[in-house]
Amino acid sequence: MSAETEVLDQLIEKSKPSEAAFSKRRKKLISDPLNDDNPITVQVLGICSALAVTTQMSPTLIMAISVVFVIVFANLIISLLRNLIPNRVRIIVQLAVIATLVTLVDQVLKAYFFDAWKELTVFVGLIITNCIVMGRLEAFALGNKPYDSILDGLGSGLGYAWIILAIAFFRELLGSGAVFGFKVFEAIGIESFPNNGLMVNPVGAFIILGLIIWVQRTKTGYVEQ
Amino acid sequence: MKPTKNEDYNVQQSNGYIIAFSAILTVILGGLLAFSAIGLKPMQDMQVALDTQKKILGAVMELKEGDDVPAIYEERIESLVVNAQGEEISEVDGAPVVAEDVEVGKQFKLSPEDRLYPVYKLKTQGGNQAEAYILPVYGNGLWDNIWGYIALENDLKTVKGVSFDHAGETPGLGARITSVDVQERFKGKKIYNEVGELVAVRMVKGETGDPSIYGENEVDGLSGATITAVGVNSMLESYLGYYKPYLEKVSGNAISQVNSESKELTFNN
Repeated sequence: MSAETEVLDQLIEKSKPSEAAFSKRRKKLISDPLNDDNPITVQVLGICSALAVTTQMSPTLIMAISVVFVIVFANLIISLLRNLIPNRVRIIVQLAVIATLVTLVDQVLKAYFFDAWKELTVFVGLIITNCIVMGRLEAFALGNKPYDSILDGLGSGLGYAWIILAIAFFRELLGSGAVFGFKVFEAIGIESFPNNGLMVNPVGAFIILGLIIWVQRTKTGYVEQ
Repeated sequence: MKPTKNEDYNVQQSNGYIIAFSAILTVILGGLLAFSAIGLKPMQDMQVALDTQKKILGAVMELKEGDDVPAIYEERIESLVVNAQGEEISEVDGAPVVAEDVEVGKQFKLSPEDRLYPVYKLKTQGGNQAEAYILPVYGNGLWDNIWGYIALENDLKTVKGVSFDHAGETPGLGARITSVDVQERFKGKKIYNEVGELVAVRMVKGETGDPSIYGENEVDGLSGATITAVGVNSMLESYLGYYKPYLEKVSGNAISQVNSESKELTFNN
């Protein structure tokens, strides 16, 4: 956010005693990471898990929900504590909060979604090291109010979610001929659809991700600086 | 987070504050985790037990969504525990052993002759005849342990089915050992070769997708997951080897029952 908009925001906040729950600025908090400032395709964070979990839709969906949950609540907690956290240990405090939330997610998955847990537990643990989560805490939650931080977390989480779901959609469709385990090609009468083994490999995810970035940057005109 | 007062700022930078803050945070977060772990434990244990039953039954039948797994298990499965000599044992050091409670993963860490080997017999529907023998297997994959069950027909030579599971194989590659189409490949294969040696069933290197070109002791491999496939091979081979004394005993009994009459004749002579 540039200095000018910050001043502008302050003016807006002063002129109005309470900001609307979904003011233009707050809507931007959610919509920016979805496209213009997407954590995966623009900031190029969280690539590791985008490659690892996206062979099928259903584990990807659970992974996406887990990441959204962790980002939103980590943002909220850090934002609530932002005036109490000693500056010198803030990174380890952020890490402790993230690790606790991730462990909670892992335990709940184990209790209620056992089959998905077996497949995902390794990657759920790795949410701790997902740069997107810590990046948002450091860049946003430490300096903003709780409600804004929730919106920011939601935006970044959903920005991550839709990209990995899009990758998983193409990988499962081309790699296993299915979507959410439902055999699409058999259903429309193509019995002998050759599965593309490349799509089951992480390499396939790289290719799909590259194509998504290409299409997106053509549309938004974003250029790496 | 610019501090409003300098005093506040200084307090927040002091070692005492940092230590106190960290200690309180640790207690709160640790407490939260401890409570959630205790609260979710019964549910998790139930899931693990249900998963074990699913895996055991999964080696011999196809379970549908919504099947009452515990009821089917109760009706069809009879379990026992044998030692490395193939003798059935009912207690260890005075404590009774139950096959379902034997953790194959823990036993795996002992040397083969000290391990307990659970056997699950699938009984015929309504009857008491053994229709199949389901044997747990355990080994090493690429990243972590792999395990599963191999079910033998009551001739003790033919594979009725397998079910595999893993701790951390690569999704889409090694993790495919859990998929139905991979496990389906083992059905009807023989664990003995032409000259009667126990060779188990081997996954070949490479994947052709054509089941017809493989012999009785071979199945199609896993493209991109050769090390996992090698792990499966050595797991099956070693565990069938460990169960060999028991298998011989069971098939020996069946033969001796048939031969008992002829034996009596021999004695009379």
